[in-house]
Amino acid sequence: MTQKGSGRLLPAWAKTAIGFVLSLALTGLGLLAITFFIGRVVPIDPVLAVVGDRAPPAVYEAAKERMGLNDPLILQFVHYVAGILRGDFGLSVSTQRPVMEDIARYFPATLEMATLGILIGVVIGVPLGALAAARQGSIIDQVIRVIGLAGYAIPAFWLGLVGLVLFYAQLKWVAGPGRIDIFLDGMVPPVTGLLLVDSLIAGDFESFTNAFSHIILPATILGFFSLAYIARMTRSFMLDQLGQEFIITARVKGVPARVIIWRHAFRPIRVQLITVIGLSYAALLEGSVMVETVFSWPGIGNYLTTALLNADMNAVLGGTLVIGAVFIAINKISDALYRILDPRAR
Amino acid sequence: MALLEVENLKVRFPSESGMVEVVKGVSFSLGQERLGIVGESGSGKSMTGRALLGLIPKPGVVTADRMQFDGIDLTRLNERAFRRLRGARLSMILQDPKFSLNPVMTIGEQIGEALAFHGRMSAREQKQRVLKMLEAVRITDPERVYRLYPHEVSGGMGQRVMIAMMAVLEPDLMIADEPTSALDVSVRGQVLEILDDLVQRTGMGLIMISHDLNMVARWCDRILVMFNGRVVETCAAGKLGEATHPYTRGLLASLPRLDETRQTLPVLDRQSLGGL
Repeated sequence: MTQKGSGRLLPAWAKTAIGFVLSLALTGLGLLAITFFIGRVVPIDPVLAVVGDRAPPAVYEAAKERMGLNDPLILQFVHYVAGILRGDFGLSVSTQRPVMEDIARYFPATLEMATLGILIGVVIGVPLGALAAARQGSIIDQVIRVIGLAGYAIPAFWLGLVGLVLFYAQLKWVAGPGRIDIFLDGMVPPVTGLLLVDSLIAGDFESFTNAFSHIILPATILGFFSLAYIARMTRSFMLDQLGQEFIITARVKGVPARVIIWRHAFRPIRVQLITVIGLSYAALLEGSVMVETVFSWPGIGNYLTTALLNADMNAVLGGTLVIGAVFIAINKISDALYRILDPRAR
Repeated sequence: MALLEVENLKVRFPSESGMVEVVKGVSFSLGQERLGIVGESGSGKSMTGRALLGLIPKPGVVTADRMQFDGIDLTRLNERAFRRLRGARLSMILQDPKFSLNPVMTIGEQIGEALAFHGRMSAREQKQRVLKMLEAVRITDPERVYRLYPHEVSGGMGQRVMIAMMAVLEPDLMIADEPTSALDVSVRGQVLEILDDLVQRTGMGLIMISHDLNMVARWCDRILVMFNGRVVETCAAGKLGEATHPYTRGLLASLPRLDETRQTLPVLDRQSLGGL
């Protein structure tokens, strides 16, 4: 009875929305718990990072008490979650700023580079993969397979260094490390934190071209890795579809080859590709530490590495949480697109 | 003049041990009639049908002394010319609608596509013709089915959609490759009836490829029996009982009957046919 009643009280879309929010909250809580407890279990003493290793025991104890580290672990966790719900990630030991503020500074740099990278990967990788499948065994197919292999085999830092030597030092086609030249730094008022977008909003084209010249090489290198992966996956998905019976049906109908490839074989794989692209994007957002280091890119990967080396646990937890949240967001967006694009999943 | 004349059709595929011949010189002719091609799996019957439509995948090779469809020499057609013929004048119904319909296109879109690549017509006109065709294959609510996706219809309805898609341009020759094998017994008769209807109404020639001897004998005018890439017997459908070739006799003997009196069902003695 009650079940029926509540079923009538809530329309279907509200149920979906509530389920969505609940699953989001649960995943978020799980993420928080795991990062928090790992952060507390690792043999890093956050107190030492604050007071230094020559502090007298009394100072050490006072600092520990002040940081709440004498409380039971579960209580510490509750305090931590409560802080995060208020938008308080704690203070970074190494930068002496709230972690939230740091993330707002560093994350957009990574977001900008990863987004440009994934755009390059998708715009070039998907057609390449489809072409390779359509001409299986041809020269193009072989070239694309080699690119795919290279994407696995070549380390990012090596490609970054070679890229810098060639395109920056020798050919002078692009600007060097960093986000923008030093004399332009801080000229653009931050709105989104994305330099390319902010400079356009401000109408500052000098900053825009300068920032673009800085970002294009690292973004292309990131893009190359996602391109290699996306092209390989597109190729194998397409080959799978091109072997299906409904491709024969389309040919019997007299449908031209070009239409068979894009309408009949490509449409069914869009859903699979979304997953691949989402994963690849998430990987660029979290795993660009190597490229960020080589290019002195002030991004979240760089921030996290520095924080980790300084035992700056609040910063590490905060950074991990942001990356985790991005991962969850990308997954949820993929799920939603799935439902829109695949009639069988509706 | 015959609608289709085939002489010495061969289909070969390269393999590690040289070329493998799957169709070894098949000859037949077809008027505006129903021709049944029967044979077991691997006898080359499906490959014969696909060769007629130019659908043998690379690296397969098709050769024939003569392969003429309504005055057109099929052996000399390039892919482009074949494409214009396919769907419009030559068509084929595939076996299982679960696999032969595109899962992410609506039924209306898929049938309309056959029209779209042969001649111009307005979107509205195209939809009208699709709806009319759906009605012709006895779909009672064509407006609704038009918008459905293949996974939303039953196997029997899927196969009727397939027939609609392949017949919407009223081809001169239809090849039906095991059109009922994947269906429940209860809807097979209905699908055959619809095909029958189409043949009578439009006067198209039909090649029915099947392994169901009884069905073909009842339903077709003439029968080719294929074995191991060759035609071993050609006869009028009603005279199948008088077939002389040992393979055909063997096949007939191994059909179970309702009023069975034999203790064991005989199987084909392939040893004696090995030389073929």
